[in-house]
Amino acid sequence: MLADKDRIFTNLYGHHDWRLAGAKSRGDWQGTKEILDMGADWIIDEMKRSGLRGRGGAGFPTGLKWSFMPKTESDRPHYLVVNADEGEPGTCKDRDMLRFDPHKLIEGCLIASFAMRAHACYIYIRGEFYNEASNLQVAIDEAYAAGLIGDNACGSGWKFDLYLHRGAGAYICGEETALIESLEGKKGQPRLKPPFPAGVGLYGCPTTVNNVESIAVAPTILRRGASWFAGFGRPNNAGTKVFCISGHVNNPCNVEDAMSIPLKELIEKHAGGVRGGWDNLLAVIPGGASVPVLPKAICDNVLMDFDALRDVKSGLGTAAVMVMDKSTDIVAAIARLSAFYKHESCGQCTPCREGTGWMARVMKRMVKGDATLQEIDTLERVTYQVEGHTICALGDAAAWPIQGLIRHFRPELERRISAYRDAKTRASAKAA
Amino acid sequence: MTKLTIDGKSVEVPPNTTIIQAAELAGVEIPRFCYHERLSIAGNCRMCLVEVEKSPKPVASCAMPVAEGMVVHTRSDKANKARNGVMEFLLINHPLDCPICDQGGECDLQDQAMAYGTDRGRYDEAKRAVKDKNMGPLVSTIMTRCIHCTRCVRFATEVAGVQELGATGRGEDMEITTYLEKALSSELSGNVVDLCPVGALTSKPYAFSARPWELRKTETIDVMDAVGSAVRVDARGREVMRVLPRLNEIVNEEWLSDKGRHACDGLQYQRLDKPYVRGANGKLKEATWAEAFAAIAAKVKNLPGTKVAALAGDLVDAEAMFALKQLMSSLGSPNLDCRQDGAAVDPAVRASYLFNSGIAGIDQADALLIVGADPRKEAPIINARIRKRYLRGGVHISVIGEKLDLTYPYHWVGASPDLIAACKPPEGSKTPMIILGMAALTRPDGAAILESARRVAEQTGVVKEGWNGFNVLHTAAARVGGLDVGFAPGAGGKDTRRILDAASKGEIEVVYLLGADEIDTAKLGKAFVIYQGHHGDKGAHRADVVLPGSAYTEKSGTYVNTEGRVQRAERAVFPPGDAREDWAIVRALSEALGKKLPFDSLDQVRAAMRAANPIFAAIDSVTKAEWKPFGTAGTIAATGFNYPIKNYYMTDPISRASRTMAQCTEEFVMGSKARTGTHG
Repeated sequence: MLADKDRIFTNLYGHHDWRLAGAKSRGDWQGTKEILDMGADWIIDEMKRSGLRGRGGAGFPTGLKWSFMPKTESDRPHYLVVNADEGEPGTCKDRDMLRFDPHKLIEGCLIASFAMRAHACYIYIRGEFYNEASNLQVAIDEAYAAGLIGDNACGSGWKFDLYLHRGAGAYICGEETALIESLEGKKGQPRLKPPFPAGVGLYGCPTTVNNVESIAVAPTILRRGASWFAGFGRPNNAGTKVFCISGHVNNPCNVEDAMSIPLKELIEKHAGGVRGGWDNLLAVIPGGASVPVLPKAICDNVLMDFDALRDVKSGLGTAAVMVMDKSTDIVAAIARLSAFYKHESCGQCTPCREGTGWMARVMKRMVKGDATLQEIDTLERVTYQVEGHTICALGDAAAWPIQGLIRHFRPELERRISAYRDAKTRASAKAA
Repeated sequence: MTKLTIDGKSVEVPPNTTIIQAAELAGVEIPRFCYHERLSIAGNCRMCLVEVEKSPKPVASCAMPVAEGMVVHTRSDKANKARNGVMEFLLINHPLDCPICDQGGECDLQDQAMAYGTDRGRYDEAKRAVKDKNMGPLVSTIMTRCIHCTRCVRFATEVAGVQELGATGRGEDMEITTYLEKALSSELSGNVVDLCPVGALTSKPYAFSARPWELRKTETIDVMDAVGSAVRVDARGREVMRVLPRLNEIVNEEWLSDKGRHACDGLQYQRLDKPYVRGANGKLKEATWAEAFAAIAAKVKNLPGTKVAALAGDLVDAEAMFALKQLMSSLGSPNLDCRQDGAAVDPAVRASYLFNSGIAGIDQADALLIVGADPRKEAPIINARIRKRYLRGGVHISVIGEKLDLTYPYHWVGASPDLIAACKPPEGSKTPMIILGMAALTRPDGAAILESARRVAEQTGVVKEGWNGFNVLHTAAARVGGLDVGFAPGAGGKDTRRILDAASKGEIEVVYLLGADEIDTAKLGKAFVIYQGHHGDKGAHRADVVLPGSAYTEKSGTYVNTEGRVQRAERAVFPPGDAREDWAIVRALSEALGKKLPFDSLDQVRAAMRAANPIFAAIDSVTKAEWKPFGTAGTIAATGFNYPIKNYYMTDPISRASRTMAQCTEEFVMGSKARTGTHG
């Protein structure tokens, strides 16, 4: 278990003062100028060495992403955009960081922007996060007033402006290019890639979009050293991570722990264990709504990191662990997710627009068992017809939960179909 | 150049080409719905997915730039599987109403479903139904058929420059709409019908009237404005069913204005199909050709030529004007003019009346001054070209005239043409351009404005070695052809204004109107009026003898567009009743007058035309005009312009007879004023 001294988010539960004075007492804004003085290249190198992988779900190495930005500023300004449009079902880590530790994020924005030669940074916050936006704006105002950001940020001579923009409640605006479109005032629809945002992003300028957590951990990594951060977790899965544990556990919580912690240990140590004991576990969705579900047999031993979960055909995603005990109607649970993706598909590209509706409708029937056995195969094939054929990853996200369900719970689907058919036959026999 | 392999073929293409373009160069066709060469890339239909080696996912070939050494497979299992999947998705919510769909037979979805679809569906759920939208009198919508390719949205936003189409809703509920249920207020709106790959947007006037395989297709040109857009006339029997644009990169690209496309139903109404002679009771009476010619001969034979005049209209072919000019000179009359509006161009200097840079020359302009022209109404295709140039950036557009909505922003210099003398292109401009419209040239001080514009052009580099940006924008399809055949006052002859003056005073006793309907017929006084044309419009109403001629779809005729391009209109249908080709009418009349013209066939007319003016030898091309002084110095009044086109939808006898154009007039020109509580 992660020692208290190694925690980055020391006010994750809001027990302490979240404003500037409190943040400073917890070590934020200490030596920020010295970090900036080390230079942009040093910062990026250090981030690369830390092994930090993006915390938004895809797990792309953060330092490498920063290094894609042009080394010198041309006539087009550079931008950093922070993705605080946290909408993945089951995920609520950024929310606590935004309201209880906003200065970590603001300091991270300054350092990351400096490293990427950006003088302006936009934080795109989910519209429903009203109190979080409010706290964050207060914190931004405090930072401006204290000269930590602004024309001469932390006395470094670097001009840095930070803007907060509230979204309007579309899940798709959490996709980085849709977020950029939305920020530009357009309908939030993902852009085609290439060109990637590092070349043509916000207002056509070089832009990097990072998750809140990826940016918020950066100052601490740079203060304590890349090797400290890299010391947690297995190789290629370094660092600490905030896990969001929800569902049928005794103590649902957000908790920071080292990467590669066994799933069982995570649930038992921090969340008070599965309701009714570990043996009452049915399945876990380990990384937010979009990753495939895992049955208990896999949950017994699996480690919580990118590679281990990928090897069992799931993913770490946002590390939102959704625990389901044996009272769960697993088909209904996945059908609910399908309905969510149907509702949130932007409608731009064909496979997702048409496929999410198809899948959701079939899933709805599967809950009752009102289907044929062949339809399970058809449904599975449709998920593969969507996956990988769309502009953004929402199509994949809609396909994976169903693939997970069919992979691990096919007998349950078949049982329902037979039961439904039997009931119907009996009813008609009775009527006759 | 970038080298890549497509389906085993090695191709070299310029960098920044996309895979779909490279495949086209390699002769490999990739299916697509949303991709269109003239619109921005959307990449949303996913039909063009191809397999690229080393890429884990199939790639949208319309959006992916080529890279050195790329290996592309467009027909591999992976690519085909991806397309089959996309096709299945497109079809699950597409209604199977092909038998009652106007797109049937020319539908991209139908065609590609043959290649990538299956014969049965796996989708058992209810299909989506979408409410139809009102897009005005030209575009019919059946939105349930929409496949959301957004071509129409991109066309409206990018090419037409009206931000009136868009998508609302998300996911399955996404709908293409005009937001406020209002008609698309663009003179190019008909093009969205061509762009729509399915039957969601179809032509309202043409609805349920024909199937494409029943139609006889004739490649010809449009005469509803002076652009000379390439069109295809689709006819069934004796009726023109529809007009569609053809590809012509240097003129209309692949667009067509709404009038050119939809005024064709006017060819069915108000037609002159028999000769008429005004009887003793003052009423026009049906007559035979011989009677009509005899009536003319009785009037003209003993009259001195100076008492005879001829005016040519806006839709007349060059052959007819050439023949009539010959006849007039054999009668000894120098009084003829093809400029009904009295435009002050110099018939002797070709450069004074041409769009010298060519329409495609707009693409090269880096500064543009529009004087007294409303290109959006006078030549929507040219306006779209200017907008395209504006979108590319690096052009400075200024306007002298009213503050018109031209679909692109411009610097407004002022309202009156006396400001032109002080105009100069911005510093460093290499290819400046002036567009001079009819509102400037038809004023009493038109010749002075012409002279002033010429001087500015010469002094500011608009005209120089290797570049001529002095452009006159005509509104009449016949105008340049008329000037090129010399249908203009001869030595001591009168122009339009003087002909009308003399007629009202009785000095001219016979006026021959060759399709001329845009003059003030009250000024013809007591003159004996011969009207030759195809529609019963103002000219025929006033005429003493009516000779029924042919419309542009009913004869082979030469037209010269505003840039001086000599083009041929071809016969798609036969003229109605006793109507004849116009040159032949003039030829027959000449015999009745005892002044037999020396040609017996269209080829002989054309040979004589070529001999008279060699530009007519170069079909489909432009003979550059020599730059010479023109215009007359004088004072220019500091008053605003009176634009020639008040109602875009009704400018000539054909469009005035068109019901579709009448509906457009009601919708777009009269607007809400026409609608009352008891309306319709």
